[in-house]
Amino acid sequence: MAVEPQKPKFRWHIVVFLAPAVLVYTAVMIYPLFNTLRLSLFTEVDQTRVFVGLQNFRTLFGETVWSNQFWNALGNNFWFFVVHMLVQNPIGIALAAILSHPRLRFAAFYRSAIFIPTILSFVIVGFAWKLILSPIWGIAPGMLDAVGLKSLYAPWLGKEAYALTTLSLVSVWQFVGIPMMLIYAALLSIPDEILEAAEVEGITGLSAFWKIKLPLILPSIGIISILTFVANFNAFDLIYAAQGALAGPDFSTDILGTFMYRTFFGFQLQLGDPHMGSTIASAMFAIILIGVCLYLFGIQSRMRRYQF
Amino acid sequence: MTIARQNRLNTAAAHGALILYTLIALFPVFVIVINSFKTRKAIFREPLALPDADSFSLIGYETVLKQGDFFLYFQNSMIVTVGSLFFILLFGAMAAFALAEYRFRGNLLMGLYLALGIMIPIRIGTVAILEMMVQTGLVNTLWALILVYTAQGLPLAVFILSEFMRQVSDDLKNAGRIDGLSEYRIFFRLVLPLVRPAMATVAVFNMIPIWNDLWFPLILAPAEEVKTLTLGSQVFIGQFVTDWNAVLSALSLAILPVMVLYVIFSRQLIRGITSGAVK
Repeated sequence: MAVEPQKPKFRWHIVVFLAPAVLVYTAVMIYPLFNTLRLSLFTEVDQTRVFVGLQNFRTLFGETVWSNQFWNALGNNFWFFVVHMLVQNPIGIALAAILSHPRLRFAAFYRSAIFIPTILSFVIVGFAWKLILSPIWGIAPGMLDAVGLKSLYAPWLGKEAYALTTLSLVSVWQFVGIPMMLIYAALLSIPDEILEAAEVEGITGLSAFWKIKLPLILPSIGIISILTFVANFNAFDLIYAAQGALAGPDFSTDILGTFMYRTFFGFQLQLGDPHMGSTIASAMFAIILIGVCLYLFGIQSRMRRYQF
Repeated sequence: MTIARQNRLNTAAAHGALILYTLIALFPVFVIVINSFKTRKAIFREPLALPDADSFSLIGYETVLKQGDFFLYFQNSMIVTVGSLFFILLFGAMAAFALAEYRFRGNLLMGLYLALGIMIPIRIGTVAILEMMVQTGLVNTLWALILVYTAQGLPLAVFILSEFMRQVSDDLKNAGRIDGLSEYRIFFRLVLPLVRPAMATVAVFNMIPIWNDLWFPLILAPAEEVKTLTLGSQVFIGQFVTDWNAVLSALSLAILPVMVLYVIFSRQLIRGITSGAVK
C-alpha cells in the first residue's frame, strides 16, 4: 500500500518501474501486432505500398488458388486440435489421476520421466520420429513384426491419408506432460476432508474420481483446453521440422502456421508476399480471438469455482 | 483381506500403466542416443541393440564437430536465453512491483494491457516485427531475438510476480521507508530477495520455450554467425540427411544441453507448475 503524501506530487518512481516493460512490450509485441493487421490492407505495386482496403481478404477467400490452400490449412489445423483434445488431454488427465494417488511410490520419478519429451525441441522430436517411423530404418515395422502386426505398418508420414494424424500424435506424445502436470496440481489441491467424507459415504476408487474429483478439476480442464487451442492454432515448428515448409505430402499436413510462413517468407519458387502474409496472420488472430472469447464468456464465466 | 488384495492389484495396475507410458516417453530418446554411438552397419542391422565393442563408433560425432559449428550455435543459444531471461526478470519484476505496490490512476488498466499478451501469441505480428528489425538494422543480430523473447515473456512474468509481490509484508516496506530508504532501494534490497523463488519459477517457464524456438531464429536471425542451436541442428540435419551417423549424433548433441538444464531445474519447474503459479 502506498503512503499517500499530503500534497499530491508526481511519483516518478512509478514511471521508472513501469517504463522498461511497457516500452519493450508495446514496441516489440503490441505495435507489430496492430501493424500486421494494418499491413493486411495494403499491397505492393511497383515497389511502393498501396492501400487496397479489404482486397487481400477478398483474394484469400475468393480466389480458388488461395482459398483452397486456406481452407485446407484451417481444416488440417482443426483436425490437429481435435486429436490433441481427444488424445492428449484424456491421457494427461488419466496419468495425473494415477500419479496423484497418495502412497504411490516413485511418483516423482514417473512425473519427471513423462515430462522429458516436453522439454525437447521440435527439431529433435520431428526428426527422431521421422527416423523411427521410416521404412528405411525399420524400427517401427520391426517392432510391429515382433507382435505379429506387421501388416498394419505403412510409411505413415509419407501417406496423405495418415501424415497429419501421425504428426498430431507425435505432438501429443511431446506435450502430454503439460496437461498431466496442471491436472496433477489441481488434484493435489482438493482437500482431504472432501475425499474422506466421500469415503465414509462409500464412494471410493473410480467412482470417487468421476463423481468428486472430475467436477472439481473442470476449471483446470477448461484452462488446458484454451491453452491447447492457442498453441495448436499457432503451431508451426513440428510440421516444418518433420515435413519442411511445403508441409508434404501434397500439403496434407499444411496448417495455418506453415501456410503463413510460406506466403510471407517465400519458399523455393514462390516469392514472399508480406501483405498476403499479414492477411493470413490477421485471419489467425481472428480465429484465436474468437476461441479465447468463447472460452472467457461462454465457458469460464459459467463454470463454478469451488473455494476451499 | 479382500480390500487389501484389491489395493495391491490397483497399485500394480497403476505402476503398470505408468511404466508403460514412461517407456513410450523415453523410447525415442533412447533409440537416438544409443544408435549415435554405433557404426552405420550396426545402426541398420540391429537398431535396438546397445553399442558393443564391435559396433561402437564415434564417426557421427566426428562429422558433426568437423562440419557444423556447434560450439558457436551453443554459445548463441546461451546468450539469447540468458539475455532474454535477464530482461524478462528485471523488467517484469519492476513492472510487477509498480502494479502491486502503488495505487495510481490506470493501475488496473495497465495490468490488463500487460496481461493481453498472455493469450495472444507474438508470432501473429511476425511480418511487422521482421520489417521493424530490418529498418532498425537489428536483423541477423542476437539482439533481435532477445528483444522478441523479452516481449513475449513479460506478460506472464508480470502476472505471476505481481501475485507474489502482493504477499510481501507492508510492515517491512514501511519500516524501510521510515529508515529513509528510497523506493528503488526498497525494491532492490527488500522486495527482490523475498520473491526470489517466484523469479526462479518464471525463469524456468521461459527458459525452455526460448531455447527450443525455431520460428524467430529462422525468420529474424538465419545468418551463420548468429544461428541458435535449434536452428543450427535443423539446418545441419537437413544437409546431412543421408548421413545417418551424423544426423543421430547431431540429435544427441542437441538433446544434451536441455537434458542438463532439466536435471538441474526439474524440481523448480515441477514445483512451479504444481504450486499453481499458472492458474
